[in-house]
Amino acid sequence: MSADLRHPIARVRGLGSARQGTHHWIAQRLTAIGLVPLSLWFLWSVLTLVGAEYADARSFVAQPWNAALLAAFVLLLFYHAKLGIQVVIEDYVHSKPAEVTLLVSNLFICLFAALFAVFSIVRIALGA
Amino acid sequence: MSSTRPKQRPLSPFMIGPYYRPQLTSMLSITHRATGVFLTFGGLVLTWWLFALAGGPESYARFDAFASSWLGRLILVALAYSLVYHVLNGLRHLLWDIGWGLEIPRAYATGWIVLFGSIAGTAAIVYYAFGSGG
Repeated sequence: MSADLRHPIARVRGLGSARQGTHHWIAQRLTAIGLVPLSLWFLWSVLTLVGAEYADARSFVAQPWNAALLAAFVLLLFYHAKLGIQVVIEDYVHSKPAEVTLLVSNLFICLFAALFAVFSIVRIALGA
Repeated sequence: MSSTRPKQRPLSPFMIGPYYRPQLTSMLSITHRATGVFLTFGGLVLTWWLFALAGGPESYARFDAFASSWLGRLILVALAYSLVYHVLNGLRHLLWDIGWGLEIPRAYATGWIVLFGSIAGTAAIVYYAFGSGG
């Protein structure tokens, strides 16, 4: 124990070798819990839209409840995806430059996709 | 790091097969990851759908051409299966997180439920989608 230069409180707070604690784990579970009902709602909604015309699909997304639930689904989806893909990269990519490149790409792709999707939903919902 | 490793040992998941006998639990575990990665691409397809819908009838027609093509339908059915599987197995993971179902008989029982539930759920979705003129 005396060889450990870290203060014991750092251990208690969960600041391990990753320099962060359980935040990733908790965020992955909380987004998962949120995504269970949202996924079922989304699946049911998409099934009602099979074979729908452009105007029908647009008026579905324009409904306030649908727009809000879709935005929530997309935000939680890409947050959860970012966390999951991050773990896959950390587990299987063993070259540091490739790992860092993929981790940063993962973050940017998930962030931009979420922004693109929410921007599109808002644009449809406001009738622009 | 790898240069100091004395021997090239098999790393997960490549020890399954030559070193570890494939088991229901390990197969469901790797499928959870595979469907998760595939569903991330599914999220990009959803983003494309919303972006095309916001763009107007021409951009929506381009998405529609993809979605109603042979390859597009195959991808959408695979995404439906992946979503049903990932939600069901995700619930299994959440139950483990609160300490339920970690015993081997229960882990196997819930594993079979996930496997057959995801197949049945996808079959119902495909039946509904293609039965209603999709």
